[in-house]
Amino acid sequence: MANKVHVETTLNGEAVEFLCEPRQSLLEVLRDVLGFTGTKEGCLTGDCGACSVILDGRISCSCLVLGVEAQGKNIQTVEGLAQADKLHPLQQKFLEHAALQCGICTPGFLVAAKALLDRNPNPTEHEVRYGLAGNLCRCTGYDKIVRAVLDAAAVMQGR
Amino acid sequence: MMRLPPFRYFAPATLPEAVKVLADYGPAAMVLAGGTDLLPNMKRRQFTPQALVSVQQLKELRGIRETENGSVIISAGITLHELAAHPLIVSRYPALAQAAALISTPQIRNTGTLGGNVCLDTRCNYYNQSYSWRKALGFCLKKDGDICWVAPGSAKCLAISSSDTAPVLVSLGATFLLVRQGSERLVPAVDFFRDDGINYLNKDPEELLTEVHLPPPQGTRSTYLKLRRRGSFDFPVLGVAAVLRIEPDGVCTAAKIVLGAAACKPRVADNAADMLIGQKVTQALITLVAQEAAKLAKPLDNTDFAYGYRKRMAEVFVRQALTKLAE
Repeated sequence: MANKVHVETTLNGEAVEFLCEPRQSLLEVLRDVLGFTGTKEGCLTGDCGACSVILDGRISCSCLVLGVEAQGKNIQTVEGLAQADKLHPLQQKFLEHAALQCGICTPGFLVAAKALLDRNPNPTEHEVRYGLAGNLCRCTGYDKIVRAVLDAAAVMQGR
Repeated sequence: MMRLPPFRYFAPATLPEAVKVLADYGPAAMVLAGGTDLLPNMKRRQFTPQALVSVQQLKELRGIRETENGSVIISAGITLHELAAHPLIVSRYPALAQAAALISTPQIRNTGTLGGNVCLDTRCNYYNQSYSWRKALGFCLKKDGDICWVAPGSAKCLAISSSDTAPVLVSLGATFLLVRQGSERLVPAVDFFRDDGINYLNKDPEELLTEVHLPPPQGTRSTYLKLRRRGSFDFPVLGVAAVLRIEPDGVCTAAKIVLGAAACKPRVADNAADMLIGQKVTQALITLVAQEAAKLAKPLDNTDFAYGYRKRMAEVFVRQALTKLAE
Protein backbone atom coordinates (compact mmCIF):
# COMPACT_ATOMS: atom_id res chain seq x y z
CA MET A 1 0.00 0.00 0.00
CA ALA A 2 1.61 3.17 -1.15
CA ASN A 3 1.67 6.14 1.14
CA LYS A 4 -1.13 8.53 0.51
CA VAL A 5 -0.53 12.24 0.42
CA HIS A 6 -2.79 14.82 2.02
CA VAL A 7 -3.74 17.56 -0.44
CA GLU A 8 -5.64 20.79 0.19
CA THR A 9 -7.12 22.60 -2.75
CA THR A 10 -10.03 24.77 -3.87
CA LEU A 11 -12.64 23.11 -6.04
CA ASN A 12 -15.33 25.27 -7.65
CA GLY A 13 -14.80 27.91 -4.97
CA GLU A 14 -14.93 25.58 -1.97
CA ALA A 15 -12.01 24.38 0.14
CA VAL A 16 -11.50 20.66 -0.39
CA GLU A 17 -9.00 18.21 1.05
CA PHE A 18 -8.32 14.66 -0.02
CA LEU A 19 -5.86 11.79 0.25
CA CYS A 20 -4.34 10.32 -2.88
CA GLU A 21 -1.42 8.26 -4.09
CA PRO A 22 1.21 10.16 -6.09
CA ARG A 23 0.38 8.02 -9.13
CA GLN A 24 -3.25 9.14 -9.19
CA SER A 25 -3.96 11.85 -11.74
CA LEU A 26 -6.12 14.83 -10.87
CA LEU A 27 -8.73 13.27 -13.16
CA GLU A 28 -8.77 10.08 -11.10
CA VAL A 29 -8.97 12.10 -7.89
CA LEU A 30 -11.87 14.21 -9.18
CA ARG A 31 -13.85 11.22 -10.42
CA ASP A 32 -12.93 8.36 -8.08
CA VAL A 33 -12.01 10.11 -4.82
CA LEU A 34 -14.20 13.21 -4.81
CA GLY A 35 -17.09 11.88 -6.91
CA PHE A 36 -16.99 14.77 -9.39
CA THR A 37 -17.76 12.67 -12.47
CA GLY A 38 -18.65 15.58 -14.76
CA THR A 39 -15.04 15.66 -15.94
CA LYS A 40 -14.67 12.84 -18.47
CA GLU A 41 -11.91 10.38 -19.19
CA GLY A 42 -10.94 10.20 -22.84
CA CYS A 43 -7.52 9.35 -24.21
CA LEU A 44 -5.49 9.83 -20.98
CA THR A 45 -2.60 11.18 -23.06
CA GLY A 46 -3.53 14.86 -23.51
CA ASP A 47 -4.89 14.49 -27.02
CA CYS A 48 -8.65 14.82 -26.61
CA GLY A 49 -9.42 17.46 -23.98
CA ALA A 50 -12.37 15.55 -22.49
CA CYS A 51 -10.77 15.83 -19.04
CA SER A 52 -10.23 19.61 -19.27
CA VAL A 53 -10.44 21.59 -16.04
CA ILE A 54 -9.49 25.18 -15.23
CA LEU A 55 -6.40 25.20 -13.04
CA ASP A 56 -5.52 28.60 -11.56
CA GLY A 57 -7.41 30.27 -14.39
CA ARG A 58 -5.88 28.22 -17.21
CA ILE A 59 -7.38 25.31 -19.09
CA SER A 60 -5.44 22.09 -18.49
CA CYS A 61 -5.82 18.36 -19.07
CA SER A 62 -6.55 16.83 -15.65
CA CYS A 63 -5.23 13.46 -16.90
CA LEU A 64 -1.76 15.04 -17.21
CA VAL A 65 -1.73 16.62 -13.76
CA LEU A 66 -1.05 14.58 -10.65
CA GLY A 67 -3.54 14.85 -7.82
CA VAL A 68 -0.69 15.84 -5.52
CA GLU A 69 0.16 18.72 -7.85
CA ALA A 70 -3.24 20.26 -7.09
CA GLN A 71 -1.96 21.30 -3.67
CA GLY A 72 -2.87 24.95 -3.12
CA LYS A 73 -4.37 25.29 -6.60
CA ASN A 74 -7.75 26.61 -7.63
CA ILE A 75 -9.69 24.06 -9.72
CA GLN A 76 -12.87 24.71 -11.68
CA THR A 77 -14.80 21.83 -13.23
CA VAL A 78 -18.02 21.64 -15.24
CA GLU A 79 -19.92 21.17 -11.97
CA GLY A 80 -19.03 24.76 -11.09
CA LEU A 81 -20.71 26.31 -14.12
CA ALA A 82 -24.41 26.22 -13.25
CA GLN A 83 -25.67 28.34 -10.33
CA ALA A 84 -28.26 26.27 -8.44
CA ASP A 85 -31.01 25.56 -11.00
CA LYS A 86 -29.80 28.18 -13.45
CA LEU A 87 -27.60 26.93 -16.26
CA HIS A 88 -24.50 28.90 -17.26
CA PRO A 89 -25.11 30.80 -20.52
CA LEU A 90 -22.66 28.43 -22.23
CA GLN A 91 -24.68 25.41 -21.11
CA GLN A 92 -27.92 27.09 -22.18
CA LYS A 93 -26.52 27.92 -25.62
CA PHE A 94 -25.06 24.43 -26.09
CA LEU A 95 -28.63 23.14 -25.53
CA GLU A 96 -30.26 25.68 -27.84
CA HIS A 97 -27.76 25.07 -30.64
CA ALA A 98 -27.78 21.30 -30.08
CA ALA A 99 -24.00 21.61 -29.81
CA LEU A 100 -23.56 18.01 -28.73
CA GLN A 101 -24.38 14.55 -29.92
CA CYS A 102 -23.03 11.78 -27.68
CA GLY A 103 -21.95 14.32 -25.05
CA ILE A 104 -18.68 12.84 -23.80
CA CYS A 105 -16.66 15.82 -25.05
CA THR A 106 -19.19 18.38 -23.80
CA PRO A 107 -17.91 19.03 -20.26
CA GLY A 108 -14.41 19.59 -21.66
CA PHE A 109 -15.73 21.96 -24.31
CA LEU A 110 -17.82 23.88 -21.76
CA VAL A 111 -14.87 24.30 -19.43
CA ALA A 112 -12.51 25.26 -22.27
CA ALA A 113 -15.07 27.76 -23.55
CA LYS A 114 -15.47 29.22 -20.07
CA ALA A 115 -11.70 29.63 -19.72
CA LEU A 116 -11.67 31.34 -23.11
CA LEU A 117 -14.52 33.76 -22.30
CA ASP A 118 -13.08 34.53 -18.86
CA ARG A 119 -10.03 36.01 -20.62
CA ASN A 120 -11.58 37.14 -23.86
CA PRO A 121 -15.28 37.97 -23.36
CA ASN A 122 -15.81 38.97 -26.97
CA PRO A 123 -13.87 36.52 -29.16
CA THR A 124 -13.95 36.25 -32.93
CA GLU A 125 -14.87 32.93 -34.51
CA HIS A 126 -11.18 32.38 -35.22
CA GLU A 127 -10.30 32.98 -31.57
CA VAL A 128 -12.99 30.54 -30.46
CA ARG A 129 -11.64 27.87 -32.78
CA TYR A 130 -8.08 28.55 -31.58
CA GLY A 131 -9.18 28.46 -27.93
CA LEU A 132 -11.02 25.17 -28.39
CA ALA A 133 -8.29 23.54 -30.49
CA GLY A 134 -7.42 21.18 -27.63
CA ASN A 135 -10.86 19.58 -27.51
CA LEU A 136 -11.92 16.84 -29.88
CA CYS A 137 -15.51 16.01 -30.80
CA ARG A 138 -15.68 12.70 -32.68
CA CYS A 139 -19.34 13.10 -33.52
CA THR A 140 -17.93 16.11 -35.42
CA GLY A 141 -20.18 18.90 -34.34
CA TYR A 142 -17.64 21.70 -34.19
CA ASP A 143 -19.69 24.20 -36.13
CA LYS A 144 -22.57 24.15 -33.66
CA ILE A 145 -20.16 24.29 -30.73
CA VAL A 146 -18.46 27.38 -32.14
CA ARG A 147 -21.83 29.03 -32.80
CA ALA A 148 -23.00 28.22 -29.28
CA VAL A 149 -19.89 29.77 -27.75
CA LEU A 150 -20.20 32.93 -29.88
CA ASP A 151 -23.89 33.20 -28.99
CA ALA A 152 -23.14 32.70 -25.27
CA ALA A 153 -20.47 35.41 -25.46
CA ALA A 154 -23.03 37.77 -26.99
CA VAL A 155 -25.58 37.00 -24.27
CA MET A 156 -22.99 37.45 -21.53
CA GLN A 157 -22.02 40.80 -23.06
CA GLY A 158 -25.68 41.83 -22.93
CA ARG A 159 -26.00 41.89 -26.71
CA MET B 1 -2.24 -0.10 -18.56
CA MET B 2 -2.97 3.58 -19.08
CA ARG B 3 -2.67 4.25 -15.34
CA LEU B 4 0.63 5.58 -14.10
CA PRO B 5 3.03 3.04 -12.66
CA PRO B 6 3.97 3.60 -8.99
CA PHE B 7 6.81 5.99 -8.15
CA ARG B 8 8.15 8.01 -5.22
CA TYR B 9 7.12 11.64 -5.45
CA PHE B 10 9.33 14.53 -4.38
CA ALA B 11 8.29 18.19 -4.47
CA PRO B 12 11.41 20.02 -3.24
CA ALA B 13 11.02 23.68 -2.30
CA THR B 14 14.50 24.77 -3.38
CA LEU B 15 16.89 24.11 -6.23
CA PRO B 16 19.62 22.61 -3.98
CA GLU B 17 17.08 20.14 -2.58
CA ALA B 18 15.92 19.23 -6.08
CA VAL B 19 19.41 18.49 -7.43
CA LYS B 20 20.20 16.51 -4.27
CA VAL B 21 17.29 14.15 -4.96
CA LEU B 22 18.43 13.88 -8.58
CA ALA B 23 21.95 13.06 -7.39
CA ASP B 24 20.69 10.49 -4.90
CA TYR B 25 18.55 8.64 -7.44
CA GLY B 26 20.67 9.12 -10.57
CA PRO B 27 19.10 7.51 -13.66
CA ALA B 28 16.24 6.11 -11.54
CA ALA B 29 14.72 9.59 -11.12
CA MET B 30 13.07 11.80 -13.70
CA VAL B 31 12.13 15.47 -13.57
CA LEU B 32 8.44 16.40 -13.54
CA ALA B 33 7.99 19.91 -14.94
CA GLY B 34 4.74 20.27 -16.90
CA GLY B 35 4.43 16.50 -17.27
CA THR B 36 2.74 16.68 -20.67
CA ASP B 37 5.38 14.47 -22.34
CA LEU B 38 6.57 12.59 -19.25
CA LEU B 39 3.22 11.35 -17.94
CA PRO B 40 1.82 9.93 -21.21
CA ASN B 41 5.16 8.19 -21.76
CA MET B 42 4.98 6.74 -18.25
CA LYS B 43 1.43 5.54 -18.92
CA ARG B 44 2.71 3.74 -22.03
CA ARG B 45 5.61 2.34 -19.93
CA GLN B 46 8.20 4.06 -22.11
CA PHE B 47 9.48 5.56 -18.84
CA THR B 48 9.30 3.70 -15.54
CA PRO B 49 11.23 5.91 -13.08
CA GLN B 50 11.45 4.98 -9.41
CA ALA B 51 11.14 8.62 -8.44
CA LEU B 52 9.67 11.81 -9.87
CA VAL B 53 11.13 15.12 -8.80
CA SER B 54 8.61 17.92 -9.29
CA VAL B 55 10.28 21.23 -10.06
CA GLN B 56 7.08 23.25 -9.98
CA GLN B 57 7.80 24.78 -6.56
CA LEU B 58 11.19 26.13 -7.59
CA LYS B 59 11.23 29.92 -7.83
CA GLU B 60 14.52 29.65 -9.76
CA LEU B 61 12.59 28.12 -12.64
CA ARG B 62 10.10 30.97 -13.10
CA GLY B 63 10.31 34.13 -15.14
CA ILE B 64 12.13 35.87 -17.98
CA ARG B 65 14.72 38.59 -17.37
CA GLU B 66 17.06 40.80 -19.34
CA THR B 67 20.71 41.19 -18.42
CA GLU B 68 22.82 44.36 -18.63
CA ASN B 69 24.44 43.31 -21.90
CA GLY B 70 21.07 42.78 -23.57
CA SER B 71 20.92 39.00 -23.28
CA VAL B 72 17.65 37.43 -22.23
CA ILE B 73 17.52 34.64 -19.65
CA ILE B 74 14.46 32.43 -19.73
CA SER B 75 13.87 30.15 -16.77
CA ALA B 76 13.21 26.61 -17.94
CA GLY B 77 9.96 26.25 -15.96
CA ILE B 78 8.13 28.96 -17.88
CA THR B 79 5.07 27.58 -19.62
CA LEU B 80 4.87 27.50 -23.40
CA HIS B 81 1.88 29.83 -23.23
CA GLU B 82 3.85 32.37 -21.17
CA LEU B 83 6.75 32.10 -23.59
CA ALA B 84 4.57 32.61 -26.67
CA ALA B 85 2.94 35.71 -25.17
CA HIS B 86 5.93 37.39 -23.52
CA PRO B 87 6.57 40.87 -25.03
CA LEU B 88 10.37 40.50 -24.82
CA ILE B 89 10.26 37.19 -26.73
CA VAL B 90 7.65 38.31 -29.25
CA SER B 91 9.59 41.47 -30.10
CA ARG B 92 13.19 40.19 -30.07
CA TYR B 93 12.99 36.48 -30.82
CA PRO B 94 9.77 36.10 -32.83
CA ALA B 95 10.78 32.61 -34.02
CA LEU B 96 10.76 31.35 -30.44
CA ALA B 97 7.36 32.88 -29.71
CA GLN B 98 6.03 31.39 -32.98
CA ALA B 99 7.44 27.95 -32.18
CA ALA B 100 5.95 27.97 -28.68
CA ALA B 101 2.54 29.07 -30.01
CA LEU B 102 2.59 26.23 -32.56
CA ILE B 103 3.14 23.49 -29.97
CA SER B 104 0.14 21.25 -29.37
CA THR B 105 -3.05 22.70 -27.82
CA PRO B 106 -4.03 25.44 -25.34
CA GLN B 107 -4.25 22.83 -22.58
CA ILE B 108 -0.73 21.56 -23.21
CA ARG B 109 0.79 25.03 -23.68
CA ASN B 110 -0.67 26.12 -20.33
CA THR B 111 1.01 23.18 -18.60
CA GLY B 112 4.06 22.24 -20.66
CA THR B 113 7.29 24.12 -20.08
CA LEU B 114 10.16 25.39 -22.21
CA GLY B 115 12.59 23.06 -20.41
CA GLY B 116 10.28 20.14 -21.05
CA ASN B 117 10.03 20.94 -24.74
CA VAL B 118 13.79 21.28 -25.07
CA CYS B 119 14.26 17.89 -23.38
CA LEU B 120 11.29 16.31 -25.20
CA ASP B 121 11.78 12.60 -25.80
CA THR B 122 12.55 11.65 -29.39
CA ARG B 123 9.61 10.15 -31.26
CA CYS B 124 8.98 7.31 -33.70
CA ASN B 125 6.00 5.45 -35.17
CA TYR B 126 7.29 2.26 -33.55
CA TYR B 127 7.91 3.82 -30.13
CA ASN B 128 5.03 6.20 -29.40
CA GLN B 129 2.58 3.36 -29.03
CA SER B 130 0.91 1.60 -26.13
CA TYR B 131 2.78 -1.06 -24.22
CA SER B 132 0.68 -3.87 -25.73
CA TRP B 133 1.24 -2.53 -29.27
CA ARG B 134 5.00 -2.43 -28.75
CA LYS B 135 4.98 -5.84 -27.09
CA ALA B 136 3.04 -7.39 -29.97
CA LEU B 137 5.78 -6.26 -32.34
CA GLY B 138 8.56 -7.50 -30.06
CA PHE B 139 9.54 -3.99 -28.89
CA CYS B 140 12.26 -1.87 -30.51
CA LEU B 141 15.80 -0.64 -29.94
CA LYS B 142 14.72 2.49 -28.08
CA LYS B 143 12.84 0.60 -25.37
CA ASP B 144 12.84 -3.04 -24.31
CA GLY B 145 13.89 -4.47 -27.71
CA ASP B 146 16.93 -5.03 -29.91
CA ILE B 147 15.82 -4.07 -33.41
CA CYS B 148 15.08 -0.80 -35.17
CA TRP B 149 11.85 -1.32 -37.14
CA VAL B 150 12.48 1.80 -39.21
CA ALA B 151 15.80 0.43 -40.52
CA PRO B 152 16.26 -3.17 -39.31
CA GLY B 153 19.95 -3.06 -40.25
CA SER B 154 20.59 0.03 -38.15
CA ALA B 155 22.73 -0.30 -35.04
CA LYS B 156 21.44 3.10 -33.96
CA CYS B 157 17.98 4.26 -32.89
CA LEU B 158 16.57 6.67 -35.47
CA ALA B 159 13.79 8.29 -33.41
CA ILE B 160 13.22 11.93 -34.35
CA SER B 161 13.88 15.11 -32.42
CA SER B 162 10.33 16.48 -32.27
CA SER B 163 10.80 19.66 -30.28
CA ASP B 164 9.65 22.90 -31.90
CA THR B 165 11.79 25.10 -29.67
CA ALA B 166 15.02 23.10 -30.09
CA PRO B 167 15.79 24.10 -33.71
CA VAL B 168 14.87 27.71 -32.92
CA LEU B 169 17.16 27.83 -29.88
CA VAL B 170 20.00 26.34 -31.94
CA SER B 171 19.41 28.95 -34.66
CA LEU B 172 19.41 31.79 -32.11
CA GLY B 173 22.71 30.65 -30.59
CA ALA B 174 21.18 29.91 -27.18
CA THR B 175 23.09 28.31 -24.32
CA PHE B 176 21.61 26.12 -21.60
CA LEU B 177 22.45 26.23 -17.90
CA LEU B 178 22.64 22.75 -16.38
CA VAL B 179 22.79 22.51 -12.60
CA ARG B 180 23.85 19.49 -10.58
CA GLN B 181 24.71 19.07 -6.93
CA GLY B 182 27.77 21.21 -6.26
CA SER B 183 28.35 22.48 -9.80
CA GLU B 184 26.83 23.89 -12.94
CA ARG B 185 27.80 24.26 -16.59
CA LEU B 186 26.73 26.17 -19.68
CA VAL B 187 26.23 24.18 -22.87
CA PRO B 188 25.63 25.74 -26.32
CA ALA B 189 22.29 24.54 -27.69
CA VAL B 190 24.01 23.14 -30.78
CA ASP B 191 26.07 20.80 -28.55
CA PHE B 192 23.17 19.87 -26.27
CA PHE B 193 21.46 17.60 -28.79
CA ARG B 194 23.05 14.30 -29.83
CA ASP B 195 22.61 12.35 -33.06
CA ASP B 196 21.21 9.31 -31.26
CA GLY B 197 17.52 8.55 -30.76
CA ILE B 198 18.14 6.99 -27.35
CA ASN B 199 20.84 9.16 -25.76
CA TYR B 200 19.58 12.27 -27.45
CA LEU B 201 20.72 14.87 -24.90
CA ASN B 202 24.15 15.90 -23.71
CA LYS B 203 22.80 15.89 -20.16
CA ASP B 204 23.34 13.54 -17.23
CA PRO B 205 20.30 12.31 -15.30
CA GLU B 206 21.67 14.16 -12.25
CA GLU B 207 21.55 17.47 -14.11
CA LEU B 208 18.61 19.86 -14.20
CA LEU B 209 18.12 22.30 -17.08
CA THR B 210 17.33 25.56 -15.27
CA GLU B 211 17.88 28.40 -17.73
CA VAL B 212 18.01 29.20 -21.42
CA HIS B 213 20.29 32.12 -22.27
CA LEU B 214 19.65 34.01 -25.50
CA PRO B 215 22.27 36.40 -26.89
CA PRO B 216 21.12 39.89 -28.00
CA PRO B 217 19.44 39.63 -31.42
CA GLN B 218 21.84 42.26 -32.87
CA GLY B 219 19.58 43.32 -35.67
CA THR B 220 18.58 39.84 -36.78
CA ARG B 221 15.12 38.74 -37.84
CA SER B 222 13.92 35.23 -37.11
CA THR B 223 11.06 32.94 -38.00
CA TYR B 224 9.89 29.35 -37.56
CA LEU B 225 7.71 27.32 -39.93
CA LYS B 226 6.18 23.97 -39.01
CA LEU B 227 4.81 21.15 -41.15
CA ARG B 228 2.19 18.86 -39.60
CA ARG B 229 -1.04 17.20 -40.65
CA ARG B 230 -3.44 19.23 -38.51
CA GLY B 231 -3.34 22.96 -37.79
CA SER B 232 -3.06 22.26 -34.07
CA PHE B 233 -2.10 19.35 -31.81
CA ASP B 234 0.50 17.62 -33.91
CA PHE B 235 4.22 17.30 -33.35
CA PRO B 236 6.34 18.70 -36.17
CA VAL B 237 7.00 16.46 -39.13
CA LEU B 238 9.36 19.19 -40.24
CA GLY B 239 10.37 22.44 -38.59
CA VAL B 240 12.43 25.20 -40.17
CA ALA B 241 14.08 27.86 -38.01
CA ALA B 242 15.77 30.71 -39.84
CA VAL B 243 17.66 33.78 -38.65
CA LEU B 244 18.89 36.54 -40.97
CA ARG B 245 20.48 39.94 -40.58
CA ILE B 246 20.02 42.13 -43.61
CA GLU B 247 21.80 45.49 -43.62
CA PRO B 248 20.10 48.67 -44.90
CA ASP B 249 21.92 48.22 -48.24
CA GLY B 250 20.25 44.80 -48.61
CA VAL B 251 23.34 42.71 -47.94
CA CYS B 252 23.02 39.73 -45.61
CA THR B 253 25.64 39.71 -42.84
CA ALA B 254 24.38 36.86 -40.65
CA ALA B 255 22.39 33.72 -41.49
CA LYS B 256 21.39 30.55 -39.71
CA ILE B 257 19.09 27.79 -40.92
CA VAL B 258 18.18 24.83 -38.72
CA LEU B 259 15.92 21.91 -39.60
CA GLY B 260 13.84 20.30 -36.87
CA ALA B 261 12.16 16.89 -36.94
CA ALA B 262 14.51 15.80 -39.72
CA ALA B 263 16.85 13.60 -37.64
CA CYS B 264 17.64 12.57 -34.06
CA LYS B 265 18.75 16.15 -33.41
CA PRO B 266 18.22 19.55 -35.03
CA ARG B 267 20.26 19.72 -38.24
CA VAL B 268 22.26 22.92 -38.79
CA ALA B 269 22.42 23.91 -42.46
CA ASP B 270 25.56 26.05 -42.34
CA ASN B 271 26.62 25.24 -45.90
CA ALA B 272 23.34 26.68 -47.11
CA ALA B 273 23.29 29.65 -44.74
CA ASP B 274 26.87 30.63 -45.63
CA MET B 275 25.79 31.09 -49.26
CA LEU B 276 23.80 34.14 -48.09
CA ILE B 277 26.65 35.95 -46.34
CA GLY B 278 27.81 39.07 -48.16
CA GLN B 279 25.09 38.69 -50.76
CA LYS B 280 21.86 40.48 -51.61
CA VAL B 281 19.02 38.14 -50.67
CA THR B 282 17.30 37.68 -54.00
CA GLN B 283 14.63 35.12 -54.80
CA ALA B 284 17.10 33.34 -57.10
CA LEU B 285 19.63 33.00 -54.28
CA ILE B 286 16.94 31.87 -51.83
CA THR B 287 16.00 29.07 -54.22
CA LEU B 288 19.60 27.84 -54.37
CA VAL B 289 20.04 28.11 -50.59
CA ALA B 290 16.83 26.15 -49.99
CA GLN B 291 18.01 23.37 -52.33
CA GLU B 292 21.28 23.17 -50.43
CA ALA B 293 19.62 23.17 -46.98
CA ALA B 294 17.17 20.45 -48.01
CA LYS B 295 20.11 18.08 -48.69
CA LEU B 296 20.33 17.70 -44.90
CA ALA B 297 16.78 16.37 -44.67
CA LYS B 298 16.92 12.60 -45.06
CA PRO B 299 13.49 11.59 -43.79
CA LEU B 300 12.81 7.99 -42.88
CA ASP B 301 9.53 6.17 -42.55
CA ASN B 302 9.22 6.95 -38.85
CA THR B 303 6.63 9.70 -38.57
CA ASP B 304 3.56 11.11 -40.29
CA PHE B 305 3.45 11.70 -44.10
CA ALA B 306 5.35 9.89 -46.83
CA TYR B 307 9.05 10.56 -46.56
CA GLY B 308 9.44 11.64 -50.17
CA TYR B 309 6.92 14.39 -49.52
CA ARG B 310 8.70 15.45 -46.35
CA LYS B 311 11.96 15.69 -48.27
CA ARG B 312 10.38 17.92 -50.92
CA MET B 313 8.74 20.08 -48.27
CA ALA B 314 12.08 20.76 -46.59
CA GLU B 315 13.14 22.77 -49.63
CA VAL B 316 9.76 24.51 -49.86
CA PHE B 317 9.72 25.46 -46.18
CA VAL B 318 13.28 26.81 -46.17
CA ARG B 319 12.40 28.88 -49.23
CA GLN B 320 9.26 30.23 -47.56
CA ALA B 321 11.06 31.03 -44.31
CA LEU B 322 13.86 32.93 -46.05
CA THR B 323 11.41 34.75 -48.33
CA LYS B 324 9.45 35.86 -45.28
CA LEU B 325 12.60 37.19 -43.60
CA ALA B 326 13.88 38.92 -46.74
CA GLU B 327 10.69 40.93 -47.28
